Parts: sequence; structure tokens; C-alpha cells
Amino acid sequence: MTPQGAQGRRPDGAAFVIAAGLVALGALLVWEGGRIPNKQGYAGVGPGDVPWLVGWVLVALGLGTAWQGWRNPGPPRPKQQAVPLLWLLGGMGVMVATIHWIGFVLGAAILFTCAAAAFGERRFPRAILSGLALGLFIYLVFDVLLQLNLPAGPIEMLIFGR
Amino acid sequence: MDTFGFLMQGLATAFEPMMLLYALIGVVLGTAVGVLPGIGPALTVALLLPVTYGLDPAGSLIMFAGIYYGGMYGGSTTSILLNTPGESASVITALEGNKMARAGRGGPALATAAIGSFVAGLIATLLLAFLAPHVVKLALVFGPREYFALMVLAFVTVSAAFGDSALKGLVSLFIGLALALVGIDQLTGQARLSFGVPQLLDGVEVTTLAVAMFALGEALFVAAQGPDGGNGVLAIKGKVQMTAADWARSWKAWLRGTAIGFPIGSMPAGGADIASFLSYATERNLTKHPEEFGKGAIEGVAGPEAANNAAAAGTLVPLLTLGLPTTATAAIMLAGFQQFGLQPGPLLFASAPQLVWGLIASLLVANVMLLVLNLPLIRFWVLLLRIPQPWLYGGILVFATLGTLGVNPSVVELTMLVLFGTLGYLMRLYGYPIAPVVVGLILGPMAEQQLRRALAIAQGDPLTLVQSPVAAVLLGLAAVALILPMILRARGRGDVLAQVGTAED
Repeated sequence: MTPQGAQGRRPDGAAFVIAAGLVALGALLVWEGGRIPNKQGYAGVGPGDVPWLVGWVLVALGLGTAWQGWRNPGPPRPKQQAVPLLWLLGGMGVMVATIHWIGFVLGAAILFTCAAAAFGERRFPRAILSGLALGLFIYLVFDVLLQLNLPAGPIEMLIFGR
Repeated sequence: MDTFGFLMQGLATAFEPMMLLYALIGVVLGTAVGVLPGIGPALTVALLLPVTYGLDPAGSLIMFAGIYYGGMYGGSTTSILLNTPGESASVITALEGNKMARAGRGGPALATAAIGSFVAGLIATLLLAFLAPHVVKLALVFGPREYFALMVLAFVTVSAAFGDSALKGLVSLFIGLALALVGIDQLTGQARLSFGVPQLLDGVEVTTLAVAMFALGEALFVAAQGPDGGNGVLAIKGKVQMTAADWARSWKAWLRGTAIGFPIGSMPAGGADIASFLSYATERNLTKHPEEFGKGAIEGVAGPEAANNAAAAGTLVPLLTLGLPTTATAAIMLAGFQQFGLQPGPLLFASAPQLVWGLIASLLVANVMLLVLNLPLIRFWVLLLRIPQPWLYGGILVFATLGTLGVNPSVVELTMLVLFGTLGYLMRLYGYPIAPVVVGLILGPMAEQQLRRALAIAQGDPLTLVQSPVAAVLLGLAAVALILPMILRARGRGDVLAQVGTAED
């Protein structure tokens, strides 16, 4: 592999961050495995032993990732655009935070609009109306007809009376 | 009763009006998600898990299987007309299929894909029906240690054997296994990794993880590449049918694709992607028209499309007879069985023969439905490809959150959805495969139970795991599947493995 451009610098910085994350996750599992009461019974293996084992493997994989990152340059990665990511994650975040207040239909409209914006849609009135229509349709089919319990808010109260 | 009798009984179940309706819904949904880029059968089945909770178990499972089969049919349409695979098992089809469409031969390409899928699906489903009872007999001698060894083999083949790096595959798998540990230990009732948060006691929901990884992660990744450069949808020119010459060149490729796809699907050796890749390589070596390969050879569409359908049927062999999923879709279907309190395996053939045989027979019915949906009605599906990208992904995400809201509408669960979605995005960005996470989450608790049972039977002697010949052979195979690809990669032969390692559905 030949280093290509800025991403091809050696060593691969991203690998160290990933490695650190894996070691941290592994350490958490090892700690949890040692903390909980380990009733081993006849098996000689209790509820704490598998987390302990998985944890150590994760630590080992983390160290392996760091070692590979040290030896090999990272592959060239496509440039990532931050704005669409923020639209999407922002839309998800707002929806998660508010859906129990505003209900499924409005939450769906917010999410739909933000997701469409992330993919380049700029005609917001149309997107919002489509989101509302989709939300209403899904609520009607899945909550009213299929009895899946979806969060209800003012709009659901008004239209479906629940 | 023999297999034939059971199959006839199954057909009687499959022809009940409600079952026909479930199968039809399944194949229509499956074709749609196969056609649409960005969503595949694994995600769709996961989304439907909460919806089907209150419905008929047999009908729901028939629907899930229809989605799986339909996805394999629909994916080819997108590959051929858009040069973007609709789902991962159709990556190979794009190579020759899109070239054919560009040369004005989109009609024959779609026809050979649909008819090849039908032929392969039919043969492979019959093979499934006649093979399954024998595997069940074999599986009856399996104890906990054999099951544990089998799961280790599945773990290795799903994560490390294919793809561009064993390390990355194993990282994905162990992230899945770590997530599987969250919640109450099934053998002792001990809470693990829940940190006092009551919502975590139930563990990580399959739907949440699958939706986050497949839908949200994919959407984030596609969005971050910026606006679509625009591969235009190619119009279908001429009729969707084949000439005599096309038939003559296709039929052997279909049969070879089936012969390759079914065994690959039925062994814990990865899924439809690998089968379609191997079939393409075979056709390329055997063809009488080598000059056409890379420019639109019909064998290069016929073989892989037959292979991925045969592999989808093959995947159901270990799933139904052993309860062992070998692909992400099969893993989520297993979660579907468990949701109804059914555990696939030898016992299911004894305790619920009507359900199992009804399911197998329905696959034959679904295949016929799919042929009709994909040949005369193909132009309708092409319209789906004209949905603008922003609206498509907006809709996908709304449906995706619906899945999680349906299982558990708590803020904790929704926060997990966002976190795992971000994780899925980062894993895509840095080249980590997604399927092993899902397989690890679903198979992890089962493997742990079997391991601890096996050790309990042997009073804690770890040597028991290799003292039965079957278990020893399976663990040996797992070791080979782990080490051999590493040697190949070290010798610079890893590119072949990397190409087949896109397994997601």
C-alpha cells in the first residue's frame, strides 16, 4: 500500500482512537465481570466470567488495532461533510427529546424534514407537509389499525381522540 | 409420514387465504426493499418484529421469509438499471447487468435475473424440504457442547473469514457480543452491565440495533458523502423477455448458480453475497464468450442471481433445523421465532410441524408470486427508483424510528438508537462490517448458555468441549476458517476475500 494524500500519512491516527475505545469498552466489561457476584455452580463458569472473557478479548483486539495502525497507513477515506450529519443527528435528537410531548405525528414530521434537508431538500413547506402526512398515515395504520402503541400528543388527541 | 406427505400438508396450510395474503405482503415488501437502495431485507424484518407481535406466528414467519426471498429478486432490478445494488447480494449483478442495460439489453437482463431467481428458488426450496428432515436427525445427537462449537464456527465465518481484515470482523463481532451481555443473565438472573438503569435490564433490543446500524448508520454515511452525483435510472428498452440465444446461454448458468448457492447458504459459511461472487467467477471461467465479460455477458447476470436466491433458501436449512443463523437477515428471523416463543431446531419439526412445513411450502408459493411481480410488473417497481433521495431517506428514517417506538418507546431506547446509529456510521466510515454485530447480539446469549450448560454437565471440565468428535471437528473448522484467510491475506491474496466481504443481509 502506498500512502495517498493526507489520509495516507503514517501512522493511522484514527486507529489509535478506535483502539482506545475498544480497550475502554473491554476494561468496562472486565470490571463488571469482576464486580458482580459470580455464582459458578457446577459449571465453574458464572455470570461474571463471560463478560470478563469478552472484555479481555476486546482489550486484545484494541491493542491489535493500535499495532496495525502503527504499522500501516490508514486507507484513503472519502471526505465527510459535517452539515448533513448535523441535520440528521439534530433531527433525531430533537425527535427523541420531544416525542413524548408532541406525539408521533409531529415527531415524524420533524424527523422527516431534517432527514430530507440532510439529503439536500430545501423546499421546507413541502417537506413539512409530507412529513405530517406520512406521520398521520403511519399513526392511522399502525396505532389505530394494528394496535401498536405509539406516543400520542395534541394532534393525535385532536384527530383520533386518544 | 414422509417428506412428501409433510410437504403436501404444508401446501394445504400455505393455500389458506390468510397465509396467501401474508406471503403476498411479504413478497411485495421484500421486492420493494430489494429495489430501494439503502434498505435491505434484514432491516425490514427487524422493523416488522414489533408490528407482528400480536399477529399469527405462522403468517408472520411466512411474511418474513417472503421478504427475504423478495429482497433477493428486487435487488437485481436496481443493480441492472441504476448500477447501485439494491441490497448487498446483488453487488455482483451490477457488473454485467448494468453494462447490458447500457447496451440496450436491460429487458433480457431483468428477465434472466427474474427467471433465474425463480428456477433457483424453486430447486433450492425443494432441496431445503428434502434435506431438512435429515439434518434434523443429525441435530438430535447434538448436545450443548456441539451447539457451542457450531456457534463458534458461525461466529468465525460471519466475522473473520471474509472481508478485508479478520481483525475488523472480530472487533465487530465482539462489540455485538458485548452488547449481548447487557441485561439479565438467563441462567442465574444476575443483572449485568445495566448500571442501575431499569430499561437496560431487558437488554438491547434486536430491532433497535438493526434499525440503528442498517437504517440510521447507512443514512448518515450516505448523507455525509454530499449530494448524489447522480447515476441516472436507465429506461427499460424493449420487452422484458429473452431470445432463444439468451435462454441457451442462461439455463446452465442458473443451474450452476443454484448448485453453488445452496450449499454455501446452508453451511455456516456466510451468505448470499459469497455465493453470488463465486458463481460470477465460475461463469467467467466457463463461458464460451469471454470477450463479453465486463461488457454485458448474460451469464454474469444469470448465475449470480440464481446463486443468491439459492443461498437464501440454503440459509433456512441451518436456521430451521439447528436454530443457527448464518446471515444478518436469518439472525433477525431467529429473533422473530423467539418473539413467538418458538425455538427453531429439531424439536420444532416435532412440536410444530404444521408451522415449519407451512413455511417451507409457502416459499414455493412465494416464488411463483415473485416471478409474476418481477416479470410482467417490473415497470411498476422501476417507478420506485424515481423517488427523490431526500424523500426516500426521510421516509426510511421515520419508518425506522417506528420500529423502535413499537418495541419500547422509552427515551433510553431511543437514545440507544441514536448512539448505535452513530456507531454504525463510524463503523462504515472506518471499514468495519456491520453484520457480525447483529449476529453477535442475537447468537451471543445462546452461545453463552450452551457453553455454561456444557461445562455444568462436565462439572466444570473445559476439556469436555473438545471431547466429542463432532464438537472437536467443528471447532477445528472454526480454527481453519480463522487462520487460513489470515495466511492468504498475509501473502497478498486477500483481495478475493475483500471483494466477497460486503455481507450485510
